[in-house]
Amino acid sequence: MCATCGCGQPAAQTHERGHAHDPSHDHSHEHGNGHSHTNGHTAETPSIVKPSAQPIAARSMIEIEQAILAGNDHIAANNRSFLDRRHTRGFNIISSPGAGKTTLLEKTLTALRARSVGCAVVEGDQATDLDAQRIARTGVPVFQIETGRACHLDAQQVHQALVAIAIPERGLLFIENVGNLICPTEFNLGEHERITIVSVAEGHDKPAKYPLAFRNATAIVISKIDLLPHVDFNIVEARRLMAGLNPKAPIFELSATTGVGMDAWLSWLQHMLPVEV
Amino acid sequence: MHEISIACSLVKAAVDEAARHGVSHVLRVDVVLGALSGVEMDALLFCFPAVAKGTVCEGAGLSVEIEPARGHCAACGSTHDVHDFMDPCPDCGAWPLGLEGGRDMRLRALEV
Repeated sequence: MCATCGCGQPAAQTHERGHAHDPSHDHSHEHGNGHSHTNGHTAETPSIVKPSAQPIAARSMIEIEQAILAGNDHIAANNRSFLDRRHTRGFNIISSPGAGKTTLLEKTLTALRARSVGCAVVEGDQATDLDAQRIARTGVPVFQIETGRACHLDAQQVHQALVAIAIPERGLLFIENVGNLICPTEFNLGEHERITIVSVAEGHDKPAKYPLAFRNATAIVISKIDLLPHVDFNIVEARRLMAGLNPKAPIFELSATTGVGMDAWLSWLQHMLPVEV
Repeated sequence: MHEISIACSLVKAAVDEAARHGVSHVLRVDVVLGALSGVEMDALLFCFPAVAKGTVCEGAGLSVEIEPARGHCAACGSTHDVHDFMDPCPDCGAWPLGLEGGRDMRLRALEV
């Protein structure tokens, strides 16, 4: 059992997982090779086998059929139980860099404080605690995860954050993921809701280019709408793509800077608070 | 490049299974990737040997089977294999399709 929070997870596994990313540091140059990624047609290749040099004699198969990310999913389930025991709702916030996640959070936290909603924040960035400093100025407990070269948060990192800061009872926990519309979508952190943000300063074709981020969201935010007169962003087309990928997710159009659209967003968040029984 | 993290999780799962079966060397790791899983097969193939180094999976082959999603077209009623969220119906061109499956990432088997 984890000695820190008693979540039932073996502590040894915790540390093994935490360091599992270290080998990645030898291979960061692989980003230069990233253009094979754009070749969607690899999906049509049924199978590639790199033959082993071993002799053919006495081979046998062990059938497994296990989710590759089962280890992460297990920790994520513990994170979620941890939040459930506190009747607190967790939000995983995903966007590309510069979509306005931190600004929206600052304004959201200040407004929720006025509505007497308890909050905490986990900040994920590759480097610096600049975002955590901004959040700390709102008076909300915040924990900064610096992922180094990793491009996403995983459940183990969030677990460490959950036991390090004061998580409110019957409140909201916001996890600001690393700015990236690709990698974070694959890793469950134990959140209840997943928010994908796209700013109007980006293209309205973002949903078509990064479909998984929109497909998996439980709510979508179109941010910086005060900039609409100055940018070529077709909000009707963006909404068509979003609704096609994810018909169930509500879409909030807002500007954290001017406050337009913030009321609907804040009301939705408050509606997500677990009901007192 | 989250494929490195996926490769680390894959190798850890394979090493754990190998230990559970008392196996000291793995010849091939069989994986199923959903076509809509968001994992790039080429990147995974590239990372795997480096991540496997120093484990019972060192030198093992990696076999990847792509599992398509099934897409149902509400407009014409047809059903097809789908490899991309943005794929329209090949019969009538309608989009979106009602999608099922194609999201799994599974360690299927080890050849030892």
